[in-house]
Amino acid sequence: MRSNRHFFLLVPVLLFLGIFYFYPLISILLMSLVPHGALEVGRLYKLISSGYYAGVLWFTTWQAALSTLLTVIIALPGAYIFARYGFKGKALIQNLTTIPFVLPTVVTAAGFQALLGPRGIVNNTWMNLFPNQHALVNIDQTFWFFLLAHIFYNFTVVLRIVGGFWSRLPGNLLESAQILGASRLRAFATITLPLLMPAILAAALLVFVFCFTSFGVVLILGGPRYATVEVEIYRQALHLFNLPMASALALVQILFTLGLMAFYTRLERRTSISLIMQRADEGRKKIRSSGARLVVSITLLGMGLLLGAPLAALLMQSFLGEDGLSLVYYASLLENRTGSILYVAPIRAIANSMGYALGASLIALVLGWIGANFLAKSRGRGAAFLDPVFMLPLSTSAITLGFGFIIALDEPPLNLRTSWLLPAIAHAMVAFPFVIRSILPALRSLPQHFRDAAAMLGASPFQIWLTIEWPLLRRALLVGAVFAFAISMGEFGATVFVVRPQTPTMPLVIFRYLSHPGALNYGMAMAMSTLLMITTAAGFLLLEKFRYKR
Amino acid sequence: MKKWFVLLILIILLAIVFGWWAFKEKKPKFVTLMTHDSFAASEELLSQLEKEFGFELKILKSGDAGAALNQAILSKENPLADVFFGVDNTFMSRALDADIFIPYTSPHLQHIPESLKLDGSNRLLPVDYGDVCLNYDIAWFNQKGIRPPRGLADLIAPVYKSLTVIQNPATSSPGLAFLFATVGTYGQDGFLDYWEKLRHNDVYVTNGWSDAYYGKFTRAKGGTRPIVVSYASSPAAEIFYSEKKVQKAPTGAVLSKGSAYRQIEFVGILRGTQKLDLAQTLVDFMLSPAFQKEIPLHMWVFPANSQTPLPDLFREHAQQSQEPVMLSPQLIQAKRERWIEAWTERVLR
Repeated sequence: MRSNRHFFLLVPVLLFLGIFYFYPLISILLMSLVPHGALEVGRLYKLISSGYYAGVLWFTTWQAALSTLLTVIIALPGAYIFARYGFKGKALIQNLTTIPFVLPTVVTAAGFQALLGPRGIVNNTWMNLFPNQHALVNIDQTFWFFLLAHIFYNFTVVLRIVGGFWSRLPGNLLESAQILGASRLRAFATITLPLLMPAILAAALLVFVFCFTSFGVVLILGGPRYATVEVEIYRQALHLFNLPMASALALVQILFTLGLMAFYTRLERRTSISLIMQRADEGRKKIRSSGARLVVSITLLGMGLLLGAPLAALLMQSFLGEDGLSLVYYASLLENRTGSILYVAPIRAIANSMGYALGASLIALVLGWIGANFLAKSRGRGAAFLDPVFMLPLSTSAITLGFGFIIALDEPPLNLRTSWLLPAIAHAMVAFPFVIRSILPALRSLPQHFRDAAAMLGASPFQIWLTIEWPLLRRALLVGAVFAFAISMGEFGATVFVVRPQTPTMPLVIFRYLSHPGALNYGMAMAMSTLLMITTAAGFLLLEKFRYKR
Repeated sequence: MKKWFVLLILIILLAIVFGWWAFKEKKPKFVTLMTHDSFAASEELLSQLEKEFGFELKILKSGDAGAALNQAILSKENPLADVFFGVDNTFMSRALDADIFIPYTSPHLQHIPESLKLDGSNRLLPVDYGDVCLNYDIAWFNQKGIRPPRGLADLIAPVYKSLTVIQNPATSSPGLAFLFATVGTYGQDGFLDYWEKLRHNDVYVTNGWSDAYYGKFTRAKGGTRPIVVSYASSPAAEIFYSEKKVQKAPTGAVLSKGSAYRQIEFVGILRGTQKLDLAQTLVDFMLSPAFQKEIPLHMWVFPANSQTPLPDLFREHAQQSQEPVMLSPQLIQAKRERWIEAWTERVLR
């Protein structure tokens, strides 16, 4: 009975995924792999005949694993200080860490270039200090460069998901352990870490899938010598028009994710412990001792170097004209030099992006929340099966799905190919798994006997939800909302296919400027990137407002 | 919980209904033009089109040239548009083989040079052309006292070691065009040896035009290479999009015999259109001087119609190669994949 009701609740989610994910995806796979009723193998032989694709898959996997490991290790101290200490400007800093998430890769590349490039700030300073030395760093088109970029992009995922969860872990457990004589390290290893595991795993999974399907970062920062499966799909689908091969690779990607998810789901269920969570601000300490001050300062400094410096370098470029400081690039944004029909005033681009992002966040939150509720409460086979399925949209290549839209959504009532709804839907689909992973650890940690007790005392399901679940979930939902918003603000791969040319999002406008020569175009791209950062930060602050509202 | 659920369903339903309503917006007479990212035209021109012929132009952009064409092919059973603009000569055979266009002999064809008409069946009609070639940073070469390169052969000379950045032909359209230029100049048997030498001269390969031009080229902040593969019109664009008024372009284009590859872009009427006469009117309009004269400053290529006056900026600063390389679309279709693979093997591995 209970699970039936849950299933009924799930209908909107299944409908959404069915129509906008599975239907287009299966259409394109069938069309390219079995075009005339029989498996098309002619253009597939290379998939197995040469070791090339096996090599690509192997490379994709281990670079993603390494990126994930490094991101988690580097972001954990940050998560710790954000969970345990209160300090000035904390909310702002936390918001700033999410900004990389929305930046188009070309722009990120420009930021790193200005900082670490052969003639970037670091190398110039070094060579001014030691005139006869070679450049200090040379990471152009190296493996390290895109590893660094993966950390830069995904830092915030670990920080927010783990940090949010950590802040509500009851501190008294740790204190008891220490009173009983456990060293700090031992207490961390035997108590905190196991309790944190569900959140760490959830964050790591997201980071892994992101790095596994990494496209722009590898293409631009890694250069032509590195290719992930996603890059290969893009090449096969766009440049060689070898759809069978592109589809086969997309299928490999999907199957791999499914396998990974199956493994993860088992791990997650084993590690998840329900416990009485505290309010987020309960365990927060003021920084008193100088030791604590040192820890916080060093961590913040490290974050500033890793995340802040490239962003600052970008910001600077948008204000640096030929003769030093100038607003010429911003002024040029306002000008339609050729009277083009496709010119978009910055305020319109901001409005477009914001509109799509709010729409996408709303859809993703509602669906993600329903989905997570189902996964948390149902222990049956349905949940074990659906959990991996919910993760799929994140790991499916944008181009495959984009082509799927074209051939599947072409007839009424689903003739949505040129609809303004499609970008929001496409963004929501990518954001949906994020929302699920953001709130699931919190939902699972909520002891069932709380709800049972309330029900026994005569509370209606709505009252239970309002008084028990909502206060505990608000923060997790906020994290989900922030990610959904950020994903939509920054999405490029799918948007380029589905957005109407007169209403482009900010990343698309940046891309347009960067596709023509001229100092002004470059400057305008940097100016628009700065506006994108500011808009995103403003959006986050807006979302944060909800956190304090009852 | 239930109340919430009802509210939720209501919101979703509302969104769907609203979407429907917005989707069924006003439907005056219109023609849909499917095209790629780089398409642009002025507002003025499109309102002129509307006034003169009584229909509106709906523009549908679908990624870069390759992506847009692939989508047109994928949707051929149920076309997204009436007219498609942006098939170039490197993708021409793919488009013709897929048979997505119907022939149309526009009266304006008589003003278009024969050399641009690659499709005898007139399914694809030339609209514009431009040369992909080497660009160089004039100030850099002046300062170093080195002579700027004059052709492909210079790039493998020791003086030009570590000076060039090009794009990967497997992921970039100018990169592919430049590869074709080397095939045309050194022949199918010789071009790989040229590339081998270029590799030894430390050529730098990026995956896309933007990361080469705005990342590695010396005109970019932080770039270290004064030679880049770009377009013959890029110096003119550098003037147009300069921060302050300048008289001379900061970059030069190398257009000697055999060093540039000519890209031609075509328009065609999609098979299955319900608005054949409007589609033909649109094609005529795109080939007429009214539209053609806008091409240079909007898309940075040359108009195909020889009766079109060029803007001053183009006359003075945008050149074209007198003897560009051109390969037959059939040869390209047959060999593209093999050449790219051989190139990758030789230059990257």
